[in-house]
Amino acid sequence: MLEAILFYILAAVLLGMGLLVITRTNPIASALGLVAAFAALAALYALLSASLVAIIQVLVYAGGIMVLMIFVIMLLNLHPDDLKPMKAQGLTVVSALMGALVVLGPVIWVLSPAGSQPPAALTAGFGDIFAVGDKMFTGYLFPFEMLSLVLLTAIVGALVLAKRKL
Amino acid sequence: MEIFYPITPAHYLVLSAVLFGIGVAGVLSRKNLFVALMSLELMLNAVNLSFVTFSRVNGDVTGHVVVLFVVAIAAAEACVGLAIVIALYRLKEKVDLDLFKSLQG
Repeated sequence: MLEAILFYILAAVLLGMGLLVITRTNPIASALGLVAAFAALAALYALLSASLVAIIQVLVYAGGIMVLMIFVIMLLNLHPDDLKPMKAQGLTVVSALMGALVVLGPVIWVLSPAGSQPPAALTAGFGDIFAVGDKMFTGYLFPFEMLSLVLLTAIVGALVLAKRKL
Repeated sequence: MEIFYPITPAHYLVLSAVLFGIGVAGVLSRKNLFVALMSLELMLNAVNLSFVTFSRVNGDVTGHVVVLFVVAIAAAEACVGLAIVIALYRLKEKVDLDLFKSLQG
């Protein structure tokens, strides 16, 4: 029962903040809505017993990526006249929402017999840093190392793009 | 109310689908570059929620590893995307997607 109450509260916060992100004219308001959405998402991860992912979500997303984004929004200091409100393309919005549901609806329906069963029994320490780290550094070591190259490329690329004169 | 009360993984998947739809709607209907980037983040997070849900269903932490990879890629994407926004702002002093139609090729 407690799980259900928490789930519905968090889902309402998540979807409400998601709608706030795409409807606000001011990008700062959108960014703050996104931070709240990420917090709700982290709580949902915790509800799914993914403790490490929940913590990383708060640290990296809400703490890192969103700070970078708000920093750039404030750096550019847009004039209020330059900000365009959401265009009332109702058809686009509705079709996107419905499209996602229509495509994923059958998938969910197929999965729902499995979904309505009780999920697999969890081993002790499921989703904590030891279990995830063990998986990452044994089975997925090569992708992990490749990720460091991707991040290095992103750093160099961002510097080259944003610097006035090299 | 059997549909609502016992929370099953299908509930999380529906939530993830709706969140993804909100992200798609944001990318399609907003002209502000920042909001378009933030909607992309919403879509990435919707997919992450699915990964974590399936991980829970199967009792396997591989999904969590993928989510951590996606978070790292999202950080790289945000940093390059914001650098592009700064470069575009230098060009036209605006961040309106309509002004950069030439990038469509």
